Amino acid sequence: MKATILRNMMMSAVLLAGFGGLGTALVMMTFEATKEKIAASEKANLLKNLNNIIPPDSYTNNLLDNTLVVPAASQLGNKGPTIIYQAWQEKKPVAVAFSVVAHDGYTGNIKLLIAIKASGNVSGVRVISHKETPGLGDKIEIEKSNWILSFNDKNLEIPARQKWKVKKDGGVFDQFTGATITPRAVVNAVYRALDYYKYNEKKLFLDQAKYDQLYGSTSQ
Amino acid sequence: MPKTEALNTTEEISSTEVKPSFIEEYAPIAKDGLWDNNAVFAQMLGLCPLLAVSNTVINALGLGIATMMVLIISNMSVSLIRNIVRPEIRLPVFVVIIASAVTAIELVMHAWFHELYLVLGIFIPLIVTNCAIIARAEAFASKNTLGKSFFDGLMMGLGFTLVLVALGTMREVIGMGTLFSNAHIMFGNGMQWLTIEVFSDYDGFLLAILPPGAFIGLAFLLAGRNYIKIKQKNKKKRQKQQDLKLEPGIIS
Repeated sequence: MKATILRNMMMSAVLLAGFGGLGTALVMMTFEATKEKIAASEKANLLKNLNNIIPPDSYTNNLLDNTLVVPAASQLGNKGPTIIYQAWQEKKPVAVAFSVVAHDGYTGNIKLLIAIKASGNVSGVRVISHKETPGLGDKIEIEKSNWILSFNDKNLEIPARQKWKVKKDGGVFDQFTGATITPRAVVNAVYRALDYYKYNEKKLFLDQAKYDQLYGSTSQ
Repeated sequence: MPKTEALNTTEEISSTEVKPSFIEEYAPIAKDGLWDNNAVFAQMLGLCPLLAVSNTVINALGLGIATMMVLIISNMSVSLIRNIVRPEIRLPVFVVIIASAVTAIELVMHAWFHELYLVLGIFIPLIVTNCAIIARAEAFASKNTLGKSFFDGLMMGLGFTLVLVALGTMREVIGMGTLFSNAHIMFGNGMQWLTIEVFSDYDGFLLAILPPGAFIGLAFLLAGRNYIKIKQKNKKKRQKQQDLKLEPGIIS
């Protein structure tokens, strides 16, 4: 009697373990089969996002190869190190692109990808992720409205510092009907990014080895 | 009582003698999955993903197809092992199968439908928690042959997808005035022409896109389905009464 119960338990355990192993094997196989394709898709997606804000014919290097990792900075709103993507035309710096996080959105963080030309003008801004209200705050997306394009070619001087605001606050940027907080957060984030670029202009076009040598390693 | 017993035995004999044809066997499964026992309409299962991602047709179609694939894989695997697995450990085994299938599908979508994967996000891994899948494994696949289980998975998945797409169509047309927006994230860049602007210069109707719109939309779909069912029932009743009136001799 006791032996049969024990045997039943053993059988069940072995069966269950067997199926666990089979399931794991299936997932492992799929993972191996899709690993490279996933990495390639992610790269392609990133490159597509970058090409939206840095015209692909304006540079000659591979954006994903010429990167620089810089430590967290309050202007960028990032907790960890930020990756700077550098665009070069032969030996001439063209633009840098990096992400900025706005913490003062209406609901949660707004993550932006911004590209700044070597001259200090905005090359383009895109929203990567946000949780703003659909139909109101989500007009910051390029799919919903052209508003985000109004930053193109702006810089720290044009418009002047006190005009880097939404119209409601006396600035030059439109707000949306029913949503002022969202565009205000984006305008501030873009301004901070330009500010960051101005103070770090010399550093951002260095290669990683040189940067680490001059300003200390950021990779720890 | 002996009378009914006799009836049963004659039925059994006839069923063993005349093997039910392919259509007779499979048509009820299709009808069950698509209408009579539809995962959403009849069983009210899988409502969380249904309500969350039905804001556009493409999102709805994406999650619907992913769910259908999982249903087919889990139904077939469960059917294959139905004679090996002991009843006391069958539920954990089903869960392991479903979880593995969902993870595999998630990886495949991540690789080949990257943008769709980004849009659907958390709702792909959450297919695991869709009760419709374990319900089919337990109620159907664990008792039926491989072919039937495959067909049941296909039909249940199709029924779920159709309701999702119906709700997605309603919400997208009313909420944004478009159809098939973002078609490229599913069908590739060549298919952007698929996007239709139903109303031009439409300001959008926010309620339809927000979560309450999903609940209201689903309520309308359910009401519509109940209306059709009741109408069918009444029609049958009337038909019966008419038959009775026409041939009074038979009853007497």
